[in-house]
This record gives sequence, C-alpha cells and structure tokens, in this order.
Amino acid sequence: MNLKLHIWRQKNNKTNGAFEQYAVSDISEDMSFLEMLDVLNEDLIVEGKDPVAFDHDCREGICGSCSMTINGNPHGPEKATTACQLHMRKFKDGQEIYIEPFRNNSFPVIRDLVVDRSALDRIIQSGGYISIKTGSAPDANDIPVPKSKADVAMDAAACIGCGACVAACPNGAAMLFTSAKLKHLNVLPQGQAEKKKRTIAMVEQMDKEGFGSCTNHYECEAACPKSISVEFISEMNFEYAKARATAYRD
Amino acid sequence: MKLDARIPEGPIQDKWTKHKFDINLINPANKRKYKIIVVGTGLAGASASATLSELGYQVETITFHDSSRRAHSIAAQGGINSAKNYPNDGDSVWRLFYDTVKGGDFRSREANVYRLAQVSVNIIDQATAQGVPFAREYGGNLANRSFGGAQVSRTFYARGQTGQQLLLGAYQALAKEVESGGVKLRTRKEMMDIIVVDGKARGVVTRDLVTGELETHLADSVVLATGGYGNVFYLSTNAQACNVTATYRAYKKGAFFANPCYTQIHPTCIPVSGEYQSKLTLMSESLRNDGRIWVPKAKGDKRKPSEIPENERDYYLERKYPSFGNLSPRDISSRSAKEACDDGRGVGATGYGVYLDFKDAIARLGKDTIAERYGNLFEMYERITGDNPYETPMMIYPASHYTMGGLWVDYNLMSTLEGLHVIGEANFSDHGANRLGASALMQGLADGYFVLPYTIGNYLAKAELKKIDADTPECKATVKEVEDKINKLINVNGTKTPSYFHRKLGKLMWDKVGMARNEAGLKYALEEIPKIREEFWKDVKIVGTGAEYNISLEKASRVADFLEFAEIMAYDALDRDESAGAHFREEHQTPDGEAKRNDDDYRYVAAWEYKGVGQRPELHKEQLEFENVKLAVRSYK
Repeated sequence: MNLKLHIWRQKNNKTNGAFEQYAVSDISEDMSFLEMLDVLNEDLIVEGKDPVAFDHDCREGICGSCSMTINGNPHGPEKATTACQLHMRKFKDGQEIYIEPFRNNSFPVIRDLVVDRSALDRIIQSGGYISIKTGSAPDANDIPVPKSKADVAMDAAACIGCGACVAACPNGAAMLFTSAKLKHLNVLPQGQAEKKKRTIAMVEQMDKEGFGSCTNHYECEAACPKSISVEFISEMNFEYAKARATAYRD
Repeated sequence: MKLDARIPEGPIQDKWTKHKFDINLINPANKRKYKIIVVGTGLAGASASATLSELGYQVETITFHDSSRRAHSIAAQGGINSAKNYPNDGDSVWRLFYDTVKGGDFRSREANVYRLAQVSVNIIDQATAQGVPFAREYGGNLANRSFGGAQVSRTFYARGQTGQQLLLGAYQALAKEVESGGVKLRTRKEMMDIIVVDGKARGVVTRDLVTGELETHLADSVVLATGGYGNVFYLSTNAQACNVTATYRAYKKGAFFANPCYTQIHPTCIPVSGEYQSKLTLMSESLRNDGRIWVPKAKGDKRKPSEIPENERDYYLERKYPSFGNLSPRDISSRSAKEACDDGRGVGATGYGVYLDFKDAIARLGKDTIAERYGNLFEMYERITGDNPYETPMMIYPASHYTMGGLWVDYNLMSTLEGLHVIGEANFSDHGANRLGASALMQGLADGYFVLPYTIGNYLAKAELKKIDADTPECKATVKEVEDKINKLINVNGTKTPSYFHRKLGKLMWDKVGMARNEAGLKYALEEIPKIREEFWKDVKIVGTGAEYNISLEKASRVADFLEFAEIMAYDALDRDESAGAHFREEHQTPDGEAKRNDDDYRYVAAWEYKGVGQRPELHKEQLEFENVKLAVRSYK
C-alpha cells in the first residue's frame, strides 16, 4: 500500500516544530507501524536527510517506550495496542496519517516524536514502592493474598508507563497512571504500612509536575494499551481524601 | 594469565555461607565513602543499584533508556524458577542445582550454580514483599507452574508478564533509593567506554543521547549489567537497542569474553514474515505446558491445519522425547523444529514454521482456563499475525533469544579487569551451554540482590585506589578515544545505512554461526565478517553531527562493535569442536541427531583475550570440575 504521512519534526526543545509530508510506498500489511517508519528512515538516511526520531525498544508492547499520537489517537486507532504492535493491515491504501508526539506540558519534546516523560518516574520516586530492604523479607507464603486481590493488583500493575493516558486526556491529567500504581500497592497486604503516606505523596507529586485533573472524560482508559480501568481514579480520589482527613492520627 | 575462579573450598552446600564469612566487610559508616557505578537498569542493574544503596554505598546508575523501567528484562513472559518446593513435589536446592547444571549440558561452574539455586528462594520472598503480584491459589498462597527441562513445578509467574512485574519491583526499589538520595540516576546516557587507571576499572565515559555531550563518571568500582548480545543476529527477540557495546568495549580494555558461541535459540517465536522485519516476537515457552507441537507427516503438505487428520500429524517432540515431550529443553526443541522444516515439513508461507496447537488443551480445560493462563499471549499473537489461536494452531519458529556467553567473571562476579564486576545476562557464569526457561530472571536478580552486594565489598575493602579526577590522563585519553571514534564514523559519509550492515551481518551469523554450525561454515564466516566490516567503514552513512540527538549515529556505533564482536563468536564456535547445549556442531552428533559432547577435550570455559581488531584473540581455559553432578549424556527421552 502507499501512504501519505504528515510527521511532526522538531530539532530540539528550543526550536519550534511543524508537520512535514512524506510519501511511503509498497508498504506490506504485515508490517508494524514502526517498521513502516523504519522503511521511511532508511530512505531518509540514504538521501542524507535527518531520520525521524521516535522512542521505541522492545517492539512487543511491554517496555512502554513508544509514544506517538497517530491520527489524533495516542498509539493509533486500535484498541489496547501500543504503536509498536499496531500493524499496517489496520490502514487503507492511500490513507493520510498524521503522526505527532504525545502532547502535554509536562512532556517537553526532545526531538521529533521523542518526549521527556521523566515526570512519571518522579511520581513513582515520591512513593510508588513498598519500602522493604533486600534480605529482610519474610517467607513469601507468610503473607497470604486472596486471589481476587492479587488479580486486581496485577490488573493495575500491568501499566507500562507509556503516558498515553496523559496524552489522551483533554486536561493532561496523569491520574490513570498514578492511580494504577496506587491501586497495585494499596490493595495488597504488603502495601498497607505506607498506604496513606504513599497516597498523599504521589498525588501531590503528580500535581507538582503540572499535570491536570480528571473531569471524567475517560479518554485515558480508551487510549490505554493495557486497558487500565478509570475506576482506579475514583478510588484514588477517595483514598486521598481519606488519607488527608485522617493524617493527624499518624 | 592464569584464570582463577576463586571458588571457595569445602563442600558445595557450604561454599557460599563460608565465603560470606571469609570475605572482607566494610563497616556501615565506611560504605558511604565508596562510590560504585552501575551501567544498566534491567533486573540485575536495578536490583544491584537499589541493594548497594541500601547498604550505604554511593551509587551512580546509568541507562541509555529514557527511564529505568524500560530495560528488556521487562519482556520476559513466563516466569522465574525457585526451589521453594511449595507444591510439595520433591523440589530442593539440590534439584534446581542439578537441573541447571544438566540443562547447561555440563558446561557451567558448579559452585556458581549451587549458589544460584540457594538464593533463588530469597528472591521470591523479596519480590513478594515488594508487592510483585505473583499468581495465587484460592487459599492465598503462591501458585506454580512447570517449565522446560524440569519435572517439578517450580516456576512462579505473574500472568504472562513476570519479567515486567519483577522489573517493576526492582525499578521501584531503585526509585526508593533515588528518592533517598543514595542513587544518582542518569537516563539517556550510553556507556561508550571504560576508564582504566593502574589496571583497575575506575569509571566510564558516556554519551548523552540528547545533547551528544561526552561525560566522565568516576568511581571505585564499575558494574556492568548491560545484557546480552543476541542482536548480533539482527533478528532476535531482543529489544531494538540491545547491543554488545558495553561488554565489548570492556573486553577491549582487558576483560575476557567467555563462551561467546553459547547463544540460545528460543523455540517458540512468531515466524519471519518479510525483509522489513525488525524483530521476532517471542511467545512464552510456558505455552508448551498446554500446547502440542506438530508438523504434517507428509512433506510439502499445504492443507490447512484443520484439514490434516490426527494420524497424518507428527507430534515430533512427544514422539522423540516421550518423558519430556513438548517440555523438552530449548535447544532440543529448536533443533527439532529446524530439522522438521529442513526436511520439507515446515508450515506457513515460508515453510519455516511448526504448529503449536491448543485444541486438546481447550477441550480438556475449557477456553476460560486457557484464556486465564495465556490470554495476553493469544491476543498478542493475533495482533501480529491476524490469526486467532483459539481457533487455529499458532505457528512458531526458533529465534535468537538469550546469550549464555558473556564477560568472564570469578565467583565474586569480577571480570579479569580488576574492579569491573559483571552481572546478569552480561556475564557468562551460571547457564553453561544452555539456559533453562525461567532461569534468566532468577540469575539477574540473584546477582543483583544477593550476590554482588556482598562480593563487591570484598574487592573494595582490599583495593588500593588512588585519587583521580576528570583531568587524570587516563580519563582524558578515554574521552579522546571515544570522540575520535565518533568522528571517524561520521566522516565516513558513505551511501548505506547502519541497518543495512547490521542486517547483512545478522544474516551471515544466523546462517553460519546460528542454530547449527560446522567447520566450513565457521571458516567462511571468519572470512566474510572482516569484509562486511571493511565495507562498513568505507560506506556507512550517518546523518547529522555528534552534538545532537542522532539515531543513525547511535545505531552505527553499536553496529561497529557487533562487526568486531561477531568474529570472536565465530572463533569460539570453531574452537569448540564438540556439540554442547545450544552450541551444535554438525560434525558431532549421535546417530539420532543429539548433541554429542566431548568432555575429555572441551570441559572448559573458553575465555578470550583481545589482541587487536581482526586479530585472533587469545584463548584461555578454565577447566570445569564436576564433583557433585556426575557427567552424563543429557537425555530427555
């Protein structure tokens, strides 16, 4: 198939970017979206033009590196799929495709489609862990975890930290990301000791990074390649209020 | 130089405990005076960084990813082994040790493997306490499943995302230490070389991938946790950025490279579909628990799988290896698939594929149970191929997946370059000639959480380290070397992309130094690799400068190292004139096509010393002694 691409090009975070047009031809429907971009880049290099920079690594939908918005959808049109797992059979011959970086004030563009998502790491660093030192753990079966809780913890922990939820949100909120980590750790017996502290710290770090707030558009869940549920957000709000209201007791 | 593995004396079950007592300790107040650089944030690097920081060391952790949560450990699907014996089916440290030595085809160091089996139980405790959401039984206890090469259920798992969850556990432990100030985390910086002062590894030079700036990082010891070199084949299940640069450049600075020819080919990957292909996707080996592997009995049978009756199918693993069947070890499964395809019985458009069929399992257990076990894998398969594995068998074919070889390390995980420690897939130590499934996660975390944090103290306590800074001549010289190499690459200004050369090298390596090797093919590879390298240095094209975010430069720099490294692999495969585990020399096989070892002549670790680009490296041998496991023909029949 032949396609007309409009790709966001931006040299660095000090210059302005713009869409540029590229034509690609003989694209096989078995190619992944990123392989289609590889083909374009190979041609650009041979022509002595700057290849399109984009974050990518595992190409199997788990590392969370890829971060491009395709025709207005973070990771493209297919539900529950990262850009690297999106295949060209989902597009039509002759189609025009707009490709741009994940947009958010807290994700500054580094180059072309590459953005800086370190704000998400800082949210985790503020409290997204269970403080257990190496070597001090009890026997694993000393802490029974009901299967239902283990399952919901896993549902939440499936987040790959790509930031599509942020890019999809009209308010630029990182609440799906933050609430998923909170749910993962707060639902487990191991996570109880630090539950309040964690909840307060992560929510406040999220605000400090400049992310917006949820007003129930649910675009995040729709864009999430792992289909993380927005229910975690309402739970985070509830837990945050509870933690704040009872913080005096600790 | 004589290789000294520094294996402690005494009975194998006491070696590690005794060693921990014998090694030098650094008192807690003094630990903060020492600085350690860790390169890489996969399971090994993240767990080591977090643990070293908890102990009080100053840690500087470097990754070329944008975040320390991206390393390729994240893609491991199936599980992690541990000798917990929760299922009460007769497992023990001894059995895990035995299975691992046997699975490695008697080419690993007994003492290291025993220690690995011992600490495997601590890993599960640690990860569980961190909140890793392992699968549970209804009673709330941890669930297990079985994996290739074992007759007990000792594999812990978190759906099909065990690597992801264990990595996030280590990433979060690391985040905790970043928050506490113990770890300085540097992202988007690629290690370009090791700084050696007075024969000791004292730091690294990195290139900032955003600005292109070359930076000097100094420390008292350097730890490489930079993964394997499977991308030497171009197509592999590794992530795109996985490369040999860090370990190869350490090799050029004096660390010996051990057993580079031991490369594991994973039996269950999605077959190649076209020339543009950038990677091969692995389908977890755990699928072999319930899937049955078959090809048509007749050559060139092009019927749909549903039209091939039961008696015209060859369930070749069940036929050849009745006791292990579809769970035979990876090398055996991979080669059997290749044999069937070479015999003209392969399936799919290219004829390089075999079926992995869930029909019987779905009939026996129901679709829901299968969906719970493998749902995400089935979805992934469908997304890539467009086929639904609930209705039609999957097609699979082997692909390069893991590299058992790596930098040579002693029992303390230190390389032949003093002060340089190597952990995880980047070292050679525990898997011998073949790694069993669910053992990579175990080894990465064992090294990072439970082994290196002890043994590095022994080095630091004794090392005499002079004060250095960025102006020390050795530091400046290393930066200059890196700078020159980058300029040299840019100045070639040829006509072909870095990927062109990578693809060309990969194809050669897969054909001649891949799943099956022979003397003529290896000699041919040794003639061809320098030619590709020469062409690369005449004709590679990089766009842009070194002082910017430059993806063609990054790629070219990594390919340049693969083009040198590939030669050591071929030399090693040629030297090892026997078949062992994943290293299959066609000249050495039993009448029914099994790998035939030669214990008298090749019961050694081959550790190669750098002698110049294009020169034959010098071989050093570490003899392997088997005092606890009897050398035997590995049989899975």
